[in-house]
Amino acid sequence: MSQNRLWLWLPLALFAFFAGLAGYMLTQEKDQFVESTMIGEPLPEFALEPAFGGLPGAARTDFVGGKPRLLNIWASWCLPCIAEAPQLEALKAQGVEIIGIAIRDRPEDVANFLGQYGNPYTRIGSDRISEVQLAIGSSGVPETFVIDAKGVIRYQHIGDIREDDVPVLLAELEKAQ
Amino acid sequence: MIAEIGLAALWLAAALAVLQMVSGGFALRSAEGAPNPMAIYARPAAVVQAVLAVLAFLLLLYAFAITDLSIKLVATNSHSIKPMIYKLTGTWGNHEGSMLLWVGVLALSGGLLAAFEKRLPERTMGATLAVQGFVALGFYAFLLLSSNPFERLPVPAVEGVGLNPLLQDIGLAIHPPTLYAGYVGLSVAFSLAMGALLTKEVNPNFARVMRPWVLGAWVLLTFGITAGSYWAYYELGWGGWWFWDPVENASLMPWLAATALMHSVSVLAARDALRTWTIMLGVLAFSMSMLGTFLVRSGVLTSVHAFAVDPERGAFILGLLGLYIGGAFTIFALRAGAVAEGKRFSATSREGALVFNNVMLSAILAIVLLGTLYPLLTEAFDVRVSVGPPYFNPAAAIFAVPMFLVMAVGPLLRWKEDKPARIQFEMLLVAAVLIGAIALVSFFGNFPLLPLLGLGLAAALAVAAILPLKGRKLTRVPVATWGMVLAHFGVAVSLFGMACEGAFTQERLAAVAPGGTEQVGDFAVTLQSVTPVAGPNWTAIEARLAVSQNGGEPVILAPQARNFWSPPQATSESALLTRWNGQLYAVIGNQAEDGRWQIRVWWKPFVTFIWYGGLLIALGGVLAIAGRVKVDVKRRKATAMGDARRADLDALGAAAPVPAE
Repeated sequence: MSQNRLWLWLPLALFAFFAGLAGYMLTQEKDQFVESTMIGEPLPEFALEPAFGGLPGAARTDFVGGKPRLLNIWASWCLPCIAEAPQLEALKAQGVEIIGIAIRDRPEDVANFLGQYGNPYTRIGSDRISEVQLAIGSSGVPETFVIDAKGVIRYQHIGDIREDDVPVLLAELEKAQ
Repeated sequence: MIAEIGLAALWLAAALAVLQMVSGGFALRSAEGAPNPMAIYARPAAVVQAVLAVLAFLLLLYAFAITDLSIKLVATNSHSIKPMIYKLTGTWGNHEGSMLLWVGVLALSGGLLAAFEKRLPERTMGATLAVQGFVALGFYAFLLLSSNPFERLPVPAVEGVGLNPLLQDIGLAIHPPTLYAGYVGLSVAFSLAMGALLTKEVNPNFARVMRPWVLGAWVLLTFGITAGSYWAYYELGWGGWWFWDPVENASLMPWLAATALMHSVSVLAARDALRTWTIMLGVLAFSMSMLGTFLVRSGVLTSVHAFAVDPERGAFILGLLGLYIGGAFTIFALRAGAVAEGKRFSATSREGALVFNNVMLSAILAIVLLGTLYPLLTEAFDVRVSVGPPYFNPAAAIFAVPMFLVMAVGPLLRWKEDKPARIQFEMLLVAAVLIGAIALVSFFGNFPLLPLLGLGLAAALAVAAILPLKGRKLTRVPVATWGMVLAHFGVAVSLFGMACEGAFTQERLAAVAPGGTEQVGDFAVTLQSVTPVAGPNWTAIEARLAVSQNGGEPVILAPQARNFWSPPQATSESALLTRWNGQLYAVIGNQAEDGRWQIRVWWKPFVTFIWYGGLLIALGGVLAIAGRVKVDVKRRKATAMGDARRADLDALGAAAPVPAE
């Protein structure tokens, strides 16, 4: 008889397990970001055409030698990219070299965007089919990577750069020296 | 004032829920034949509570209609230049409003039960109303303490933020309220199950009371899921009709439980068997509704349905879940053993087939639940997984295929005990249709296994569904039986649509210059032009596609890529060409460098049958309700006439005849 009644407790046991799990997960920070598995790896080989007439294109060789640089994945059609534009300007003012890769963009839109929100870049490559973006493990725009002087990916920032992120990026650049 | 009246109505309703709970509880302490004087308040409390909760919802609806920007919810979810219909639907297109709708339907169900249900013994009724009041109280607390829909802004906003453009669609006008009514309608089944469990009066009479509620909720769920699936199909522009997304699964799970419950409650009503199992399913069905609410509202799972996520609210709902589901299962574990065992039956009987399919439905429910929660489990160990069709389709099919087979023969079996040999001819016929259809389709091409099986089963089920009518005088078949036949036939129709979509869909993705033509199936699609167009709160580029079937007269399709400006968001508006034997589905993508446009076109043979089938299933449910109500009314009339005659005979001093049940 008692064995027969044991199954009556089964629904409660299953529910208790679920409730415990859900309760635990609710207290956990929700991490929505897809981190690149390329961190610590050298940049893959690439050479992109200029995104518009005003600046040269970008290639892997542009990252090698001298000092660490920022690689900024962005697009003129991306709203958070407008939000991060002043922060990129601030980084540029600190003497950071920023090389951009414009994703699925058009030359006239790129020129308009830079005219309107400022141009922090030294070079911008045009990645029309997200080829380079995917190769370095970026899943969205904007994203910013710290690349050391040997061309190795050292750090990934996902999403727009906020004011608090500027010192973090500067420290990462310092670390990559 | 509107907001303040609405808020006051909610607080009053919550207070009445307390009264309903306490007074209903007293009914349990009444002696045999002598109702407890404290128990008489439960029914009126439930009715007035329903009026107040519905009033609160209507007031919020009014605030949205006039775009009262001093109310925070209106300011953050509406906009003065939105079309009126979307102002109204915006009322439930957000967290607070939809929770108010939930509570409103919950109170309304309780009120209807209290007002019209007179067949149950008062003790069970009191216990049921007490549980219903207890459940309502928790959701009032949630609404008032953490999701107040009537919150005022310190300074009225100048303009509203707008509604997510994906939700500015007529599909949203009907699909969520219908689903909600279905989810919450199951709360009555839950309360009835708990009431009967507390008084241990689980019997056919109780089942007859529960059945219309289960049927009604099930019809609404069926219709809501069907409408939701079609909405996702044409509005998201991905060309699919079911994505196994957590939010979709959250609606499917209560439906699966309600389907099982609906069949098991019929067995209880007709044969007084499956007592514990029916109670268990009654608790499970509404538990799945609440679980769905939790999954959708708490944000523990990532879903394409990006609802506002708030862990604090999630914790609140989880607390309610613990209280209600945990409490119900605890009482179930403690009391279910004390419920007397129902009537026995042999494996080859209609009950046997129903039990088998109940188990299969529960297994599918478990499969869906596991797949939905699995990412949550692995994330606890920092492993990210995404569970999709490669898991759900075959895993569900393992149980769905035997279920469909048993479903084909089950209705042909007799109650209690039957010999398979008696229905030998019917079984052979169904098997022949099944094998014949599969052989025929395989002859024409190489198709994946599941769609192939689906086509065979659909054909077999379509035949099997009408077999119960064989040899009967059609005019004398009960309405409820017609309901079953129609619903089972609907399953076949829907399955046929799904299998065809899976097996025969043709797709073409191409970059087309204006003037260019692409061929999809029998259709030649010519891109005539791409032009900008403007709507009330959006602008779009619209492609004009001239579609000609087999060189016939061209029809113009106009898919759009829309940009809404408040809030800023881009959506893809598909354009559909519906033929009796399928749909042509077209969307427009981006412009390529050289000026060509990405055009994506599908030809989906018989895809519409998925939703036609869903509608047939729901209609079958409606017939079943109508049939049951008709029988009930007849019975009541007969009892009333019998009573009157007995009273006359009593008055004449003659011996009253014993009433026949």
